[in-house]
Amino acid sequence: MYLSHHRIKDLYEVANRLREDVIEMLVEAGSGHSAGPLGMADIFAAMYFYVLNHKPKNPNWPLRDRLILSNGHICPIQYAALARSGYFPLKELSTLRKINSRLQGHPHRGSLPGVETTSGPLGSGLAQAIGMALAAKLNNERHRIYCMMSDGEHDEGNTWEAVMFAGKNKLNNLTAVMDRNNIQIDGFTENVMPLEPLRDKYEAFGWEVIDVDGHNIEEFISAIWEAKAIYEKPTMIIAHTIPGKGVDFMERKYEWHGIPPNKEQAREALSQLRKLGGKIKSEHE
Amino acid sequence: MLNPDAKLNHDIFSKHVEEAPTRDGYGHGLLEAGKEKNVVVLSADLEESTRCHWFAKVYPERFFECGVAEQGMTTIAAGLAVAGKIPFISSYANFCPGRTWEQVRTTICYNNANVKIAGNHAGISVGPDGATHQATEDIAIMRSLPNMKVVVPCDSIEAQKATMAVSQIYGPMYLRLQREKTPVMTTKETPFVFGKAYPLWVSKGKEIDVLIIGAGPLLHNALLAAKELEKERIRSVVLNSHTIKPLDEKEILNWAKKAGAVVTVEEHNIIGGLGGAVAELLTGKLPLPLERVGIRDVYGESGKPEELIRKYHLDVKDVVVAVKKVIKRK
Repeated sequence: MYLSHHRIKDLYEVANRLREDVIEMLVEAGSGHSAGPLGMADIFAAMYFYVLNHKPKNPNWPLRDRLILSNGHICPIQYAALARSGYFPLKELSTLRKINSRLQGHPHRGSLPGVETTSGPLGSGLAQAIGMALAAKLNNERHRIYCMMSDGEHDEGNTWEAVMFAGKNKLNNLTAVMDRNNIQIDGFTENVMPLEPLRDKYEAFGWEVIDVDGHNIEEFISAIWEAKAIYEKPTMIIAHTIPGKGVDFMERKYEWHGIPPNKEQAREALSQLRKLGGKIKSEHE
Repeated sequence: MLNPDAKLNHDIFSKHVEEAPTRDGYGHGLLEAGKEKNVVVLSADLEESTRCHWFAKVYPERFFECGVAEQGMTTIAAGLAVAGKIPFISSYANFCPGRTWEQVRTTICYNNANVKIAGNHAGISVGPDGATHQATEDIAIMRSLPNMKVVVPCDSIEAQKATMAVSQIYGPMYLRLQREKTPVMTTKETPFVFGKAYPLWVSKGKEIDVLIIGAGPLLHNALLAAKELEKERIRSVVLNSHTIKPLDEKEILNWAKKAGAVVTVEEHNIIGGLGGAVAELLTGKLPLPLERVGIRDVYGESGKPEELIRKYHLDVKDVVVAVKKVIKRK
């Protein structure tokens, strides 16, 4: 599908807007994760505003593509993307992590439209996505299954059990996207538990692997198209990202994995995002 | 006497009573349930010993071998269920749901996914494999999960009916199965309704002295105990409480009120299983003396099934002792 420069520019603007939503949600919630959601904003903008075949007003439309968020702790970015694409009212974003809210601290099926399954405890999302991909194959359904994952959850045995199964069953309707931001709660991934060589590992289990710049929307979308063209294997897109992307004092700092900004930090973060990294001088609303 | 309405096996007290493992009933039940095309079966490298190889032969396109990967199997099943399938997952109870408890909790129960978990080789009577393979806490860990339901069939025929029944009721289900051949107590005509307990034995006369509640193959020992107790003029009712969650409170309370004392019998830790469930019920609604026959909060060991049943106090005489003890406490 032709992707105009104009359209790409729109997607970057959406991504920036999602980042602002994330900061506003987290400061209001007073707890939650900052680095991951900001780092995945470009990819979530691309997914919900370009890649996914979906109908936000009809969230259970049987022919929809499924997006499963395995690393559920970055759900603020998914919630922002769901709200901005029309699944539920924007004003509900401010209820994140609060009592009686549909926006649970980690995604829960049935709680919020657009959330396909319950996830958060790491390592169980890919396998669930695989179950859905297998069901689609059994039913001869044409929709695709996308699973968003973290790099840190590749420490989990459950992840690799799933990786083997998908390779064995040649689930070509499955595309996984790994947020390769190199951080997890206790530090840098290669210090906590070395993961590399990730490409070789996936290839050894029968997957196609594509490395992309996770902040280059055009490159990411072209990888998504490539994955659709691969007919005999599941695909892993390793998206190299900067944790905390867009807010200079959060970027590349694992300390920002699991904490929200305070009010002052949020004000500064929003100001940086609204100036688009200094490209514009006057902030927008 | 045996409850005539239960239409039990005539040879139930004979030395030559037909024997079959409950896992066989599961295997046959899967074949029947498989007529519904959304039923799929997953195995974690235990195809034959969990008896899903019969299903695999008839419906190869709906059978998935996951390798020795119970967590993978459990979470893949959750995804299949969310997509509308009815997955049965089969392993040994110690590995699934034992090892996979968190996956069962999050991706099946909290998710309210329509997955059926068949925990095979449950109980101490697995025998020579030893305590690593003897699941004696599985009912407790499943029973404490919201949305989960728990069924423990007493013989192969009931296991077949239970397999069919759980396939037709939406939601997470745990089916507890055993390896060893055990007496076939029921018949095809025995009524089986999910969630409905029924008496296997009701002593003659208006009065009864004790209510014995059991689940699983150990009910046979409860029946032998009831028969022996009758010789000593101790009148009892033996209730088959195959569904442990939801417990058939009404049926249990009705009989308990008449008896005034209760004994539970199960091949599971006395903590958290059927005995625990009945204790919770009685404490809340009808405080009565209760004795629990079961594994007394210890691990098992290698040995022949009958030796283990004796050593771990699950034998006929243990039920008799418990009954006499509970009656004294009235």
